[in-house]
Amino acid sequence: MILFELGLILVLILTIIGGLTRVMRGPTAADRMLTAQLFATASVAILLLLAEVMSTPPLRDVALVFALLTAIAGIAFVQRIWDRESKIGG
Amino acid sequence: MSLLNGLSAFLMSLGTFFFVVGTLGLLRFPDIYTRLHALTKADNLGLGLLIAGLALQAETFAGILKLILIWLLVLASSATISFLVARTTLSRGIEPRRKA
Repeated sequence: MILFELGLILVLILTIIGGLTRVMRGPTAADRMLTAQLFATASVAILLLLAEVMSTPPLRDVALVFALLTAIAGIAFVQRIWDRESKIGG
Repeated sequence: MSLLNGLSAFLMSLGTFFFVVGTLGLLRFPDIYTRLHALTKADNLGLGLLIAGLALQAETFAGILKLILIWLLVLASSATISFLVARTTLSRGIEPRRKA
């Protein structure tokens, strides 16, 4: 079971690395923000799996904090950076 | 392998499969709006199935509740972010792609 979960963690890490090409190619800044969202959701999954593999229940609290931080980061990007660019640059 | 372990392993592998498919959509879709859909729907479904598989193996009932709370928080934040990004992108004039 632990080996199986370690395999799933490896698949998720490869998924993150594959998603990084969108950061390079994405035509708009929102594409790069979406990849940050992918990072956050996949890292929540990786942390929860690690909590099972290493039998460390406090890692679930870390995953909870990550889930909250992605919301804040996304809202900060949209309200302060993406919106402000359109007002300045036109 | 007992039934509980087998069911948990099946749910977790299905969740990871949905994660991979959602990321593939992020890479291959032609438009920012479709990529938004692929990310916030498929990835969160994958996370939900993964958490369902993990909840079958949790030790205490409080652990199960914490896992479900994490899933609900990720769902709510993804829904909010997708709406905000889509609205701001539309207000900047980036049109959805239409097939001719």
